Amino acid sequence: MWTFFHKLASPPHFYGLAGKFIPWFAAIGLPLVAYGTWAGLFIAPPDYQQGDAFRIIYVHVPAAYLSMLAYMVMAIAAGIGLIWRMKLAHAVAASAAPLGAWFTFLALATGSIWGRPMWGTWWEWGDPRLTSELILLFLYLGYMALRAAIDDGTKADRASAVLALVGAVNVPIIHFSVEWWSSLHQGPTLIREGGPAIAGDMLYPLLAMIFGFSFLFGALLLMRVKSEVLYRERRARWVRRLATESAGAA
Amino acid sequence: MLAVGLAAAGVLIATALTLRAFQDNMMFYVEISDAVAGNVPEERTFRVGGLVVENSVRRQPGELEVAFDLTDLEDELTVRYAGILPDLFREGQGIIAHGRLDENGQFVADEVLAKHDENYMPPEVADSLAKHAAAKQAAAEAGDAAQ
Repeated sequence: MWTFFHKLASPPHFYGLAGKFIPWFAAIGLPLVAYGTWAGLFIAPPDYQQGDAFRIIYVHVPAAYLSMLAYMVMAIAAGIGLIWRMKLAHAVAASAAPLGAWFTFLALATGSIWGRPMWGTWWEWGDPRLTSELILLFLYLGYMALRAAIDDGTKADRASAVLALVGAVNVPIIHFSVEWWSSLHQGPTLIREGGPAIAGDMLYPLLAMIFGFSFLFGALLLMRVKSEVLYRERRARWVRRLATESAGAA
Repeated sequence: MLAVGLAAAGVLIATALTLRAFQDNMMFYVEISDAVAGNVPEERTFRVGGLVVENSVRRQPGELEVAFDLTDLEDELTVRYAGILPDLFREGQGIIAHGRLDENGQFVADEVLAKHDENYMPPEVADSLAKHAAAKQAAAEAGDAAQ
């Protein structure tokens, strides 16, 4: 068990392992997203209240879900890096941030486009769900800015890890904001007492999109971690050997 | 490490202020009965929320201006609004209007917001649900009448 973890924490081993997982994640994620897109647009019936406009849910919900999942990945990795001084964990946290920031932006943008015709407003200041999601975007940007501002790699890792951990308090706030305060945003549809409040034909494409987005996030994250590890270990012997091998092959 | 501590403290204070702002934001929400009684904040806009009364929506032909009555099931308040209503605006539906009272005691809205719930279903399902609910209600009333 522990040897598995020690091996996982070794950069060259992880580099090779990540390379093996990426095609699998992509091979699972891409068909799921393709099915979800097609079924979401053509199979799912229109909503009784919102008609066809509800179909933006198939991008909005997976993006919002991933924006929080990516933050949890980032915060947990940062915590592991901080406690056990594991460099690889810091590399994972640093790689997750830009992906999470883009998912957050996508969730905010699609939510805004959806809100204008349905609610009657692009944006509502003071709405807890909207504001806490915007704070999530600022946390990602602050995390990336803090990393970029500190030249010393180890210090940047540790300082940004503290920020990532403190900011993690925002994730449950986002999820429960619609229950704790009155919000324009409706309550949870999927994770609620009594099961999902969405018809089956509408639900399956949504689940496919959520899992598809998750696998693609996994693939993108591993790709980013690979290049981050290469950069961090650029002076290590195994990277040099890798570079000369690939140069020889080309 | 001091700088990190300060940054962490800053984030915590920002979070606390944000949470407070959410609470404060609700204070400018006025109950319809208070608005009808003229019990409203002067010099500032506020929000009222309620159900749109059935058959109360009046439109001026050729204009955007629309008027409707809003009810909290006790009092009714007339709301006037010139603008595009949200897609989810319907008679019987809950909405929130932002604006102020004019001298006639009517609410002049500069924004009308509609909310929807967490249910998504095809129109046929909604129809059959409504039909079953109506049938159940009728059966219950028939039962009451029989007693």
